[in-house]
Amino acid sequence: MIELKDVQKNFGSLEVLKGVSLMVQKGEVLSVIGGSGSGKSTMLMCINGLEPIQGGQILVNGTDVHARGTDLNKLRQRIGIVFQQWNAFPHLTVLENVMLAPRKVLGKSKREAEEIAVKQLTHVGLGEKLKVYPSKLSGGQQQRMAIARALAMSPDYMLFDEVTSALDPQLVGEVLDTLKMLSEEGMTMILVTHEIRFARDVSDRVAFFHQGLIHEIGKPEQVIGNPQKPETIEFLKSVL
Amino acid sequence: MFETSLTWNDTIFLLQGAGTTLTITFWAVLGGTILGMLFGLIRATSPWWVNAPIGFVLDILRSVPLLIQFVLANSFKSILKLQVSAFTVGCVVLALYTAAYCAEIVRGGILAVPPTTRRAARSLGMTYTQDLTNIVFPMALRVALPSWIGLTLGVMKDTALVLWIGIVELLRASQVIVTRIQEPLFVLSIAGLIYFLMSFPIARLGARLEKRWREND
Repeated sequence: MIELKDVQKNFGSLEVLKGVSLMVQKGEVLSVIGGSGSGKSTMLMCINGLEPIQGGQILVNGTDVHARGTDLNKLRQRIGIVFQQWNAFPHLTVLENVMLAPRKVLGKSKREAEEIAVKQLTHVGLGEKLKVYPSKLSGGQQQRMAIARALAMSPDYMLFDEVTSALDPQLVGEVLDTLKMLSEEGMTMILVTHEIRFARDVSDRVAFFHQGLIHEIGKPEQVIGNPQKPETIEFLKSVL
Repeated sequence: MFETSLTWNDTIFLLQGAGTTLTITFWAVLGGTILGMLFGLIRATSPWWVNAPIGFVLDILRSVPLLIQFVLANSFKSILKLQVSAFTVGCVVLALYTAAYCAEIVRGGILAVPPTTRRAARSLGMTYTQDLTNIVFPMALRVALPSWIGLTLGVMKDTALVLWIGIVELLRASQVIVTRIQEPLFVLSIAGLIYFLMSFPIARLGARLEKRWREND
């Protein structure tokens, strides 16, 4: 379970999160929607400790992420994250990209790591591209590789930070299909996205972020289908 | 008909000079690269109060003409009565000079690795050190290599300046022969050719590595 309690985050004098509370249960898919700069992506960074917080608490599997003495490297093994920019390691082949963390972080043997990597890459439809370097892949393929790379650590949670925003429109579908497949397999996911229709299809719950706060949260039929707050209505009108 | 007084012994003498040039280059580039990687890493990853003094010293090494550095170091050696050869002084000075340039090359290479890529590595649970060794260094190497090859070739030619502290390397050897047989054009052409033959393989090696890496990027 991921639990946020009154989380506050500033960049200098800029308040990005102004007291966000949230709970994500095992097996749940939560989509986070909202305008640019509303703090959605920052929240994901805070959940796996890539960004420090200034107030509140974040618990992952009961561990306080930002407490002194928390082994973040260990914690991050439980939380996969995929970014808007896919961040391939350009000097490694697709297979090596996915093998690297299982080998170095989990201490798997080369054979074990390769087995895991081949399995995950096949899973996301890149089984034919193992020996290829990332530069030879399309954006959609690189993003799917990034997903496989995170999955190879067999995380409990997957965080997706606008993973389709940097893609050409015709490549968005293949990545969304991969996300859909993961949700159907019961992966616990937090999905920061601008794909409202997709969010409605796959999510158990949707949270609407506005100016560092969650304004509405609930079933997609409610938040997207029948929003109550004026900010939510305004936002949905502008994107749909 | 072309005639020359250049004897077989003179040729051997030139080649010995070339050997000295190569030896000094080797030690200078080896020492300079090791130190340069260390300083470059510190420069790229440390807070300003570590960075500033190191940067200042490296700036001095880079801005004072090498010739002056050789002569000063050699004089200090005599004043301090250090029991080291001029050859060692030459190697050390040139190594420090190389290190100062190499540090900037390494620093540039490390800073060229996108922070987002490093963030992705850390998000997979890699430690700071694992990120450096598996992601940052290999990526930085590809950025830094062309400049490093250029530096090595430059250092090889800069070794000529050690003749000022009494070391007979390739250029000094050719001067000695020119003085005796009075055929400057011919002898200097040969010396130039030898410099070229020593540099060319290094340049080729660099170009080959670059090409191989570019095919993947």
